[in-house]
Amino acid sequence: MNYECRMSGLINHKLYNREKKTIEFSAETLKRIREIIKHYPAERKKSALLPVLHIAQQELGGYLSVDVMDYVAFLLEIQSIEVYEVATFYTMFLLEPAGKYVIEVCQTGPCALCGGERILDHLENVLGIKNGETTSDGLFTLKTVECLGSCGTAPVMQVNTEFYESMTHEKIDQIIEDFKNKGNQQPSETRWADLF
Amino acid sequence: MGRPVLIEKIGIPGIRDFAVYRAHGGYSLAEKTLKKMTPAEVNREVTKSGLRGRGGAGFPTGLKWSFLDRKTDKPKYLVCNADESEPGTFKDRYLMEHLPHLLIEGLIISSFALGVKTCYIYVRGEFKYIIGILKKAVDEAYQQKFLGENILGTSFSLDIFLHPGGGAYICGEETAMLESLEGKKGNPRIKPPFPAYKGLYDCPTVVNNVETLAAVVPIIGMGGDAYAKIGIGKSTGTKLISACGNINKPGVYEIELGLPVEDFIFSEEYCGGIKNGKRLKAVIPGGSSVPVLPAGLILRTLKGEQRLMTYESLEEGGFDSGTMLGSGGFIVYDEDACMVRNTWNFTRFYRHESCGQCSPCREGTAWMEPVLRRIEQGEGKYSDIDLLVNIADKIEGNTICPFGDAAAWPVSSAIRHFRHEFEFHIEHPEIVKNPDHGSLIQYPVSSIQYR
Ligand SMILES: Cc1cc2nc3c(=O)[nH]c(=O)nc-3n(C[C@H](O)[C@H](O)[C@H](O)COP(=O)(O)O)c2cc1C
Ligand code: SF4
Ligand code: FES
Repeated sequence: MNYECRMSGLINHKLYNREKKTIEFSAETLKRIREIIKHYPAERKKSALLPVLHIAQQELGGYLSVDVMDYVAFLLEIQSIEVYEVATFYTMFLLEPAGKYVIEVCQTGPCALCGGERILDHLENVLGIKNGETTSDGLFTLKTVECLGSCGTAPVMQVNTEFYESMTHEKIDQIIEDFKNKGNQQPSETRWADLF
Repeated sequence: MGRPVLIEKIGIPGIRDFAVYRAHGGYSLAEKTLKKMTPAEVNREVTKSGLRGRGGAGFPTGLKWSFLDRKTDKPKYLVCNADESEPGTFKDRYLMEHLPHLLIEGLIISSFALGVKTCYIYVRGEFKYIIGILKKAVDEAYQQKFLGENILGTSFSLDIFLHPGGGAYICGEETAMLESLEGKKGNPRIKPPFPAYKGLYDCPTVVNNVETLAAVVPIIGMGGDAYAKIGIGKSTGTKLISACGNINKPGVYEIELGLPVEDFIFSEEYCGGIKNGKRLKAVIPGGSSVPVLPAGLILRTLKGEQRLMTYESLEEGGFDSGTMLGSGGFIVYDEDACMVRNTWNFTRFYRHESCGQCSPCREGTAWMEPVLRRIEQGEGKYSDIDLLVNIADKIEGNTICPFGDAAAWPVSSAIRHFRHEFEFHIEHPEIVKNPDHGSLIQYPVSSIQYR
């Protein structure tokens, strides 16, 4: 997990290279990250870790590879292990490549009470994969999550952090169909980098 | 109840925008506070109001604020707890989605009272679109000089920053939240020291729930005394209740504390009764962490008194026959719900969410979950029931943070009140193997009917 980092700090940041592949935020994103770091006291750059990891996951490949985590550590001037332990603790961070559409079905009490388990069964049938798997075309990943804070409109799921509420089997069929039609088009999503 | 107090502006079209909020009197109380009041006066009004923390523990807000170390020359912080992850709770999301400026106004007034110059709103990461709404509102407030340096030409300056969670229920616990804000895993801290002395970056810090901080606005508007007249006894003011489960009208309702539970469940104004004409079996009134009560006990106390939506009335009877108001996550179960399955489900949740720091919680939840699962699937033994009670007892009170209790109570209360369902599972494995067995079994259900 070592990497060359003779110069530290965002402004002087050196191209980070491993596996001959350069991992780097765009100049515009780096500018945003520099602003986010300023939200915290100067000696507390590490505080920006969660926002930066969300941005990294979205903009650097859809999941947090070791290389991406090392790069984030480099930007925030912390040890790689400090990033790994955070990335593995919080469930929103994916440590492996995932499908273009990550479908997360709530399984907690109130959703289960209103048919959440059957929603998961139906998704497994429609997509032909089990919970935790990705379709062979790389389009969908299916996951279960805990209460999404939307129990009044149970059962609930999220697709790439967008809420889909009061789910029925018919609605699911429609949503999956729509996503399939969009095919390789990049899903339009709010950028994390614009949120802070 | 009559007019809402906290979310009175909610129906106004476009109220999410600064201009509309302002045109309807928004920010005039922040302006009044900054220009005409002293921090001590604001603190006094909040104390007089009797406001209690709306995040779950119900701790008096004025008292909490009075603990803040004001003598130090270190910076002081206010952290707004918008992690809202307690199953059954979705009231803060509703407030932030519709009235983001109300929260910001509450943060301005509270920060002024506390002498705070930097405030973080910690929003659970799954609420990404809420972060977007708040971001827009915060930007507007900066543009309109309600945030930033020398607000409205006064000597008071305040920055509000948004911070996302990463998907971890435990970060709702205040010290775990501070760890998370510092860029670490959400492991709760050992207390003392309390955040009021050593909080964020070892500086004095107040952590309050979204609804608590928003409620400061109407308190300043009507005065602490008037606010304290709403409600009953030490349960003053109004509370947002998020109702879900087997009811006709799930949603978020602002109630005056003191409303009879029966009215809340059955009246058309609120939950509108049980769905599909079924009978009421059980209620968890304060989010998944508080004890579940069977219909009879949620409507009336053991003494035969009508149960009210107040901290005290819901606690009446202690752990034997009472529960708690908690976060106001009101989960209703009809006669078809299987309480064993529900208990297993929640224990699975707690097992998943335990931060793993202390053994009773980490090992205890990981032990209870498979035991509950095997009972639910018809593979349990009688001794498993006592085993569960035993494990839950050993978790309770023996952990660093209250998560341990929160994981133990659902199990011990479910067994206390629904032991017959656990026994049925052990006696009738062939029936409970059907995942829809809840509706096949005719458990005794209280026959109390709404007036
Ligand atoms: C496991 C656990 C989870 C919690 N989750 C939340 C939460 O999601 N939102 C919240 O406001 N308080 C939550 N709390 C309560 C907070 O620790 C804290 O008491 C609260 O934010 C204080 O604010 P208040 O006094 O305004 O209620 C949680 C507590 C525990 C032990
Ligand atoms: S009680 Fe559970 S969640 Fe709380 S600190 Fe201990 S292990 Fe972590
Ligand atoms: S239980 Fe699914 S959103 Fe709360």
